[in-house]
Amino acid sequence: MGLLSKKDSKLILDPLADNNPITIQVLGICSALAITAQLKASIVMAVSVLFVLGLGNVVISLMRNIIPSKIRIIVQLVVVAALVIVVDQVLKAYAYSLSKELSVFIGLIITNCIIMGRFEAFALGNGPWRSFLDGIGNALGYGVILIIVGFFRELLGSGTLLGFPVLGDPIEKTGLYSIGYENNGFMLLSPMALIVVGIIIWVQRSRNSALIEEN
Amino acid sequence: MLEHTELFFKSIFVDNMVFATFLGMCSYLAVSKKVSTAVGLGAAVIFVLTVTVPMNWLLDQYILREGALTWLGPEYADYDLSFLSFILFIATIATMVQLVEIVVEKFSPSLYNSLGIFLPLIAVNCAILGGSLFMQSRDIETLGLALNYGFSSGIGWFLAILAIAAIREKIRYSNVPAPLRGLGITFIITGLMAIGFMSFGGMLTGGEEAPKEESVQTAVLSEEINNTTIEATEAVVEASEINE
Repeated sequence: MGLLSKKDSKLILDPLADNNPITIQVLGICSALAITAQLKASIVMAVSVLFVLGLGNVVISLMRNIIPSKIRIIVQLVVVAALVIVVDQVLKAYAYSLSKELSVFIGLIITNCIIMGRFEAFALGNGPWRSFLDGIGNALGYGVILIIVGFFRELLGSGTLLGFPVLGDPIEKTGLYSIGYENNGFMLLSPMALIVVGIIIWVQRSRNSALIEEN
Repeated sequence: MLEHTELFFKSIFVDNMVFATFLGMCSYLAVSKKVSTAVGLGAAVIFVLTVTVPMNWLLDQYILREGALTWLGPEYADYDLSFLSFILFIATIATMVQLVEIVVEKFSPSLYNSLGIFLPLIAVNCAILGGSLFMQSRDIETLGLALNYGFSSGIGWFLAILAIAAIREKIRYSNVPAPLRGLGITFIITGLMAIGFMSFGGMLTGGEEAPKEESVQTAVLSEEINNTTIEATEAVVEASEINE
């Protein structure tokens, strides 16, 4: 990458795979699981987190020398809450049905551990530009997992992608359904999100044995 | 009384915070390696949820929701501050956690030592904010029910983390495939437990909700009928006046 130095591009690329916030750092699981039954909701969630984490990291990094360390948690919460209110209001204005579907989970971005985790671990000790890159990278890593889980749950659960039927029509028995394929309604239920993430972790760790835990 | 018991069991089993809505997953996964620490965190969550949900209920009822400011005077009746609820709720939670920490440290040092590091962590636990947000979106009606809701969802969370901690202590002796060790197997076990908890879904029949809606509708209908009869009588009165 010509635009970014090697060190900076590492900030973006690392969280996408070997230091993924969900599968390795175990941050931000709650929302990752609850809203992934549809691909569209997953994408909206990923974009919202990208916005909040990117901007929040910059704000915290700019303020890092004036925040007294005793009350830093409250300051961080206020910054995130303000950004999340913006996201929530924009969604309510332009995508009302989707914001109903996501219900409280937009609000729960505030306590998404990814955000506080990156603030504490990175933004408090680094400059605004590097913090911005770190925020973008981690939000992308989070988004990638969200989109993978959403993709498989929607495809296998309801046979659609972003609402478009891709496997044929289950009622008129066209496409895959003509040879006896059935949707697996179980994929739409919440427990399957956990199992899908478990499988992603399994695949990732069997490809890179350095990530295996001791038990 | 019946609605209290119903809400109590519903929040523990049917709408279990961890297994049905995945709230507080981060600390659930991070602090469930040993039963003793899991118990400490679980107790702290019950405690804080029981305090913050009623607090936020009061905030929601008297400041935030549409028309809540009427007690200030009739000119405030159409203010709707609900877009501020995130920031007010999280501020309440953060201050309550600090307050609880100070009070517990002063009056019960032994409890403080056992809760110890978990109390400050709880401010950023999604289960706490989630409790308040669900309280708001499910329209819980009275302060008593809000207290009940906070307490029983706390118990549900406590049960979940206790169960997974016990399983993780035992699973150390079994032969899990290397890439699945640790996080992966915990995810899959939690998934299986969530499937188990789904069987509680049939415990409380949804049958009770439908008649309620119906009764509301009939109430509305009867009100309309009343209105029409009032109008009719008024018309009759007018007609008789004209006659006179």
